[in-house]
Amino acid sequence: MTTPNVLEIRDIYQTYQISKGLFQPKKPLHAVNGVSLKVARGEVLGLVGESGCGKSTLAKILLGLLKPTQGEVLIDDKPVADLDRLDIARMVQPIFQDPYSSLNPRKSVGSIISLPLRVQNAPNPETWQKRVEETMDLVGLPKRVYNNYPSQMSGGQRQRVAIARALINRPQVVICDEPTSALDVSVQSQILNLLVDLRQELGLTYVIISHNLAVVEHIATRVAVMYLGRMVEVADTDDLFEARQHPYSQALLNSVLTPDPSLGISDSHLGATYPNPIDPPSGCTFHPRCAKKMAHCDSEAPTPIDTGSGVVECHLYKD
Amino acid sequence: MTALFEVKNLTIDIPVPSGMLHAVRGISFEAMRGETLCIVGESGCGKSLTSLAMMDLLPTTAIRNAEKMTFQGQDMRSFSEHQMSDIRGSQMGMIFQEPMTSLNPSYSIGDQLTEMLIRHKNASRAEARERAIYLLEKVGITAAASRLNQYPHQLSGGLRQRVMIAMMLMCDPALIIADEPTTALDVTIQAQILLLLAELQKEFDMGLILITHDLGVVARVADRVAVMYAGEIVEAGTAEEIFNRPTHPYTQGLLDCIPIPGKTARGAKLGAIPGIVPSLVGVIEGCSFRERCKYASDACAKPGIELVPVSGIVEEHVTHDYRCVLSADQCVENLAGNA
Amino acid sequence: MTVNTSKLPDPATILEPSPTQLLTRRAFGHTGLMIGGGILLIMLIMALFAPILAPFDPYDQDLAQRLIPPVWHDKGSWGHPLGTDNLGRDYITRIIYGARISLLIGFSAMLISGVLGTALGVAAGYFGGRVDMVITFLITTRLAMPVILVALAVVALLGSSLQIVIWVLGLLIWDRFAVVMRSATQQIRTMDYVTSARALGCSTLRIILSEILPNVANALIVVATLEVAHAVLLEAALSFLGLGVQPPEPSWGLMISEGKSHMFFKPWVIAIPGTAIFLLVLAINLLGDGIRDVTAPENRN
Repeated sequence: MTTPNVLEIRDIYQTYQISKGLFQPKKPLHAVNGVSLKVARGEVLGLVGESGCGKSTLAKILLGLLKPTQGEVLIDDKPVADLDRLDIARMVQPIFQDPYSSLNPRKSVGSIISLPLRVQNAPNPETWQKRVEETMDLVGLPKRVYNNYPSQMSGGQRQRVAIARALINRPQVVICDEPTSALDVSVQSQILNLLVDLRQELGLTYVIISHNLAVVEHIATRVAVMYLGRMVEVADTDDLFEARQHPYSQALLNSVLTPDPSLGISDSHLGATYPNPIDPPSGCTFHPRCAKKMAHCDSEAPTPIDTGSGVVECHLYKD
Repeated sequence: MTALFEVKNLTIDIPVPSGMLHAVRGISFEAMRGETLCIVGESGCGKSLTSLAMMDLLPTTAIRNAEKMTFQGQDMRSFSEHQMSDIRGSQMGMIFQEPMTSLNPSYSIGDQLTEMLIRHKNASRAEARERAIYLLEKVGITAAASRLNQYPHQLSGGLRQRVMIAMMLMCDPALIIADEPTTALDVTIQAQILLLLAELQKEFDMGLILITHDLGVVARVADRVAVMYAGEIVEAGTAEEIFNRPTHPYTQGLLDCIPIPGKTARGAKLGAIPGIVPSLVGVIEGCSFRERCKYASDACAKPGIELVPVSGIVEEHVTHDYRCVLSADQCVENLAGNA
Repeated sequence: MTVNTSKLPDPATILEPSPTQLLTRRAFGHTGLMIGGGILLIMLIMALFAPILAPFDPYDQDLAQRLIPPVWHDKGSWGHPLGTDNLGRDYITRIIYGARISLLIGFSAMLISGVLGTALGVAAGYFGGRVDMVITFLITTRLAMPVILVALAVVALLGSSLQIVIWVLGLLIWDRFAVVMRSATQQIRTMDYVTSARALGCSTLRIILSEILPNVANALIVVATLEVAHAVLLEAALSFLGLGVQPPEPSWGLMISEGKSHMFFKPWVIAIPGTAIFLLVLAINLLGDGIRDVTAPENRN
């Protein structure tokens, strides 16, 4: 039986207690502050927001690496709390930003890619090498690098190794945390092409976390915009890029610099500072930076409003 | 108009165990007051070494040679270390990628801002402080006076970069060299910092040399662009020319690699440049891009491919040079044939 | 279309040398490492083949032959190349057998302290939080204890034997292991490959053994060599004070202690074992520094 939602999170909170000093009481930091999200099978969800908005924390929760303070994560309609860590690992796999830090420098390529097989205790160890080679072929790595070490490879090749490791057990969901931002432009396009191909070939679902909105626009089918631990807008990519609703999404998208010399740089009017998440602004947390701030924005927190194709959280769109 | 900074045939060689690494191989460019020159290229193309060479901050093993290297009409090659350090910071300002590592964590923002002015311009502490507050406000930092007592770790990345810019402006430099100034920052902050740099540059009539790998940034801020590949400038010219009529196959390839919202179809194949940057150790002859170029022919291996002007440019102030054996028309045709 | 590639080698065929190749290449080019390793190798051979190499029995006393000077001295002879001690025992034999004791104590104490210190350090670095707090407290407590005094007290209380000296030293010098391993582990723990191993479902033990330990091994080896030297010196000090290895065992520290009454008129009695200790410690330190340079060239200035 297949369900439409391969990944679902319900009202997730992740709170850290930050100590401000030896004799001061600890203060809570809501890294993720009540987020709900459904990821349908085969979809590519882009997760965007500034650093500190909680997108990386959310990725860790989706990978089962972090137990949320409150809320529920479901993979394939099964609550993560009931799943074994090996079960989660078979279904959800990560790809990280920095291919220099994501591969153990002491292990050979073959050993890195086969690690998931060994951990899962996959049947027929004699076929492992063949499976590794098949996966290497799939991600465009030549067989001769099987015994090489990461230090002997270029950034693009390393990222392919990381992708092969994530895919060898054929997971359903791949969480890509800035998969191309540490790579050169010419290599970035190769990795993006590979991700697009692999998705079609293996029927993968991606959650792509990126600050590069051009990349998100290129690959994602739906985009979620996060701000200070909240999801302020979720919409289909086309809707978001053509008719974004939340003022923050507008500012964020206006900051994308396309290579067009006839356009200058427009001011996003976001002000210089990202608010301190330990001491978030009252009401709508975006109000100090908002260009369309209204009188009641600093006192009343907005609630999610259904827009048909997604959700927006802003007083502007309240009936 | 005379150039603020001019370099001719700059080479940087670094001895490595396997021979001599020719990191920068004969590049020439000039920076004018009130103008932004962008040097763009991928990692390993020599763009950062070039910026360090301009400031005379190369690692000690590197060997710098240039036919001509002048700053404000003076020959920089004859400057002593002492003269150079006077010029750095007072007449040439530099902004680095990671603001945290360029600010000293154990001194307050105020101390670091005022130190330069007191040292280079013999200003009094009060004067220096006044200018620091003025510039912090100029770069968009609120409550500037109280910020002077803060330490770098108390500021966010965007604010730190603003402080760096203010610090660099303290002595009223004639030229700013910014090496990937926004790469470590969020997109929203990136746009603000670039906007700020552009405004300040116009206001103070400074020259700006921006070194980056981000073509989006280049297109939006550059007056002139130099595209570097494997230690050489492969294409240079005014920004409109480079982006509207990319001629060198490498520039064309790079532009083809980036998805452009609204233009590139979703999930469509992006262009790719196969292969990797060649090793720059030992003797290099011919076009260094030929290994990865789809239009390569035997002619590409012959030495002496020069940077030549693209024909048919009549407008004043518009320049466009490229380094390829193919004619410019042929290059543009290739691109059209591809699309 | 053909491309002339004669000048530029095909980038695909030039591979960086593998880590192992690089390591061997750098190791053989490092003078300090080669000298230290050479001396240590000689000492090891001395210790292993002592019965074959030594001309006499280390316990054979001959009072008629006491305090014969070494061969380079006017009154020396090739019969006893390094002379004899105050009981007429052949000095070179005792030096050779002494290498056994020094190395045995040095390596055993290092192993004990290494296992203990690494386990504590890695646990503190990996788990952080409360575990880190407790272990850091243990480290500070241990650092507050003067090693020699504690060793003296324990040996005085329990009596002294080779085993007791090894255990006392082993249980006292783990602090450097713990400190270094803790910070090295903290650094590695934040690497994405550790997160990736966790996301693959690896057990904590597996992550520590196959992801963390191989990457802190460089630091571990360096500390280990330095701790061998440390233990050798401590053993010599304890033996000199009469609380380490007991006579008639041929320990270098003990030899100095036994010779100290002749120090002014027959200085070689203490100079020879002193030199032996010096050479061993120097060799181990050179080796340790060399390994650090070779394995982590980026840390070298």
